[in-house]
Amino acid sequence: MRVTKRHLLGGLAAGLLVTAPGFAFADGWQPRKPIDFTIMAGPGGGADQIARFIQSVAEKKDLTNRPLVPNNKGGGSGAEALIHVSGTNDPDHTILVTLNSFFTTPLRQANLGIDIQTFTPIAMMGVDPFVLWVHKDSGITTFEEYVEEVKSMNGEFVMGGTGAGQEDSIVIAYMSDAFDLDIKYIPYDGGGAVAKDLAGKQIMATVNNPAEAKGFYEAGDFVPLLAFSDERMPAYPDVPTIKEKGHDFSYYNQRAVVGAPGMSEDAAAYYRDVFTQIFESEEWQGYLESESLSPLWMNAAEQQDYWGLQVENHKKLLAALGE
Amino acid sequence: MDILALLADGMLLALQPLNLTMIVIGVSVGLLIGAMPGLGSVNGVAILLPVTFLVPPNSAIIFLAAIYYGAMYGGAISSVTLGIPGASTAVATTFDGRPLARQGRASLALVTAALASFVGGTIANMLFTLFAPALASVALSFGPPEVFALMLLAFATFVGLGGDDIPKTIFSICFGLVLGAVGFDQISGAPRLVLFEMNGFLQGIGFLVLAIGVYGIGEMLWTIEQSRGEVSKTTPKMTVKGMAADAKEATKRGWKGTFVGSFLGFFVGVLPAAGATPGSLMSYGVAKMISRKPETFGQGNPDGVAAPEAANNSASTGSMLPMLTLGIPGSPTTAILLGGMVIWGLVPGPRLFVDETEFVWGLIGSFYVSNAAAVLINLAFIPLFIWMLRMPFTVLAPMIFVLSIVGGYAATRDMFDIWLMVIFGIGAFFLRKFDYPLAPAVLAIVLGPIAEPTLRQSLLLSSGDPSIFFTRPIAGPITVIALILIFLPAFKLLRRRRTADQV
Repeated sequence: MRVTKRHLLGGLAAGLLVTAPGFAFADGWQPRKPIDFTIMAGPGGGADQIARFIQSVAEKKDLTNRPLVPNNKGGGSGAEALIHVSGTNDPDHTILVTLNSFFTTPLRQANLGIDIQTFTPIAMMGVDPFVLWVHKDSGITTFEEYVEEVKSMNGEFVMGGTGAGQEDSIVIAYMSDAFDLDIKYIPYDGGGAVAKDLAGKQIMATVNNPAEAKGFYEAGDFVPLLAFSDERMPAYPDVPTIKEKGHDFSYYNQRAVVGAPGMSEDAAAYYRDVFTQIFESEEWQGYLESESLSPLWMNAAEQQDYWGLQVENHKKLLAALGE
Repeated sequence: MDILALLADGMLLALQPLNLTMIVIGVSVGLLIGAMPGLGSVNGVAILLPVTFLVPPNSAIIFLAAIYYGAMYGGAISSVTLGIPGASTAVATTFDGRPLARQGRASLALVTAALASFVGGTIANMLFTLFAPALASVALSFGPPEVFALMLLAFATFVGLGGDDIPKTIFSICFGLVLGAVGFDQISGAPRLVLFEMNGFLQGIGFLVLAIGVYGIGEMLWTIEQSRGEVSKTTPKMTVKGMAADAKEATKRGWKGTFVGSFLGFFVGVLPAAGATPGSLMSYGVAKMISRKPETFGQGNPDGVAAPEAANNSASTGSMLPMLTLGIPGSPTTAILLGGMVIWGLVPGPRLFVDETEFVWGLIGSFYVSNAAAVLINLAFIPLFIWMLRMPFTVLAPMIFVLSIVGGYAATRDMFDIWLMVIFGIGAFFLRKFDYPLAPAVLAIVLGPIAEPTLRQSLLLSSGDPSIFFTRPIAGPITVIALILIFLPAFKLLRRRRTADQV
């Protein structure tokens, strides 16, 4: 009995010891409790991987005196997360990792009453390009062969991607329109599931971000055909861009951190400082390079302008989609 | 022979003093976190991830794996002693664990849970060691139609789960499916079933909110009503001899469930869509189905404790497989582990087994060692938990209530969920009075959100043609078996009616 009690106390002590927050020496506002680090996507996809990576860097470098607690809210193309963050009663301890559904979901669901300009800009960590992938067993090696294959299948060519009106469907819709392709589109709840089903040949092609497809690419299973970036990507120098194919289009997923509406200036300044340090860290810069993201650093005012621009762009893209 | 040599190296690595210490601390912490209602391995791994930066990556992942294992063992503890599921993976353990405890056989239930967990974990480790790459390709061959067929099979095994009253069981399943559909539609992104226009429903109804409401609060109300305020108390005794006898009985009466749970749990865990919770619920259903006395399930059958416990441990090992070989997490917990691996500079995916041999086999070795450590530490703790049960129910009842509320809040940190949980608890109490089985509703709220999108994805693939579930080589047989199981009780009912008519 005594032994078990001691075990119990030992376990508790270890638990307390290891969860004790690190000490920070900065002046000014400091979080007083764990920070709700809401992620606008389900576990496993690109946005989630990045959020976990950012959290890990913060923990490793002990940048916050209270932990960032990841909170996946991927429902309704991110609407769940937007409602959660805008409805919080503690805006100083609530931040959100966004992707482009930050722009598209409020546009598509005006009844949610979300105005993204009320959110507090914190940091633009980078932008993530899109790439068209097929499985190596398809025998397709160039974009031209892909177009030919899709056309020969008369609407039976199956592609997977994230939910309706989300990034993947926008990219695929633009491409289908530009090259007159008839594609059967299957929505999934995240990029991880999409990549897995391409690897299992359940679907025939995807527009995964490089980070999501990299493991399979390196193993030789995936073949990249076309990049939706402005220029060719250093990691994939042989992959042509859609601009080279005659269409002036590029599309990136924003990887930004924003604060809840109504966050105090002091708290916002604190988080901007934390995320600037993460952005400048060797780890994050290494991640940007290895996962083919482009840095796109902006200050708070520039971020808000960028949001406005993106909302306008997405209005046009969604209108073209018939949404 | 290659594999055995690699495994031996891996185990030696896990037995190094630093790693062994990490295992013992990890298992103990995991056990406590798992035993706390509402907190499970996800929370444990998330909270302790930062600690792992203090040690080398190998020791770090070993530590997290040990927490994972510990939490799987711990989940059973409050399921049995208090009737509140300690974690979502241990909900099925309450079905028979709680009745056993009420009969004064809590020690039998806890010993059965510990031993079944150990066997489940060990069998899963062996399957993992021998067949990891081959099983990864099985995971890949499961597209939307296959996953839907599997979910159909899970529902089929549960039709027989709630006594023999099929209509009430089907009502319960439908009720769970409706609750599971609340929130956002995954395919179109549109909100639906937002009851009373309350924003809280937009987030969907959490599985734990229902489970803690039904099993924590509902069970407490039921016990109060049954005992009519009389302080009935069971006085379980705990001796080494008693535990040995329990172990013997557990082996005799729980081996079947353990066997089912170990294999089924592992297989379900390997599929990226599922994880340990569906695995344990499905194993319970199958164990009941193949049992010669299915009516004893829910009354305190050790097989009913062994099956979900063996399954949740073996599924946790199983869900490591798609994470390591494909870079796709099989469960929320492995999603966090994946994040940890990325920061340590490891790239999970098809190349990991080739590029990082030492890391992979160190991890697999640590699975074996963690599992052994977990069963020993857990058995040592059992007397303490039994001692807790000696408290009179007048003390236990408020404690259960408080733990239910705290557990419900810890999961989502939203007061809305607490109110919902209390409403579910009261509703469950009345449904139980009218003999409605509740386990099928709990199952449906877990499996519904997996089944629905896969059904719709499949029908998109086939342009609306349902034959897709019959013509694919894997989905076909599963669908046929599921349909036979669903209609079997109906046939039996018809035949019984006919014989009754003749009389």
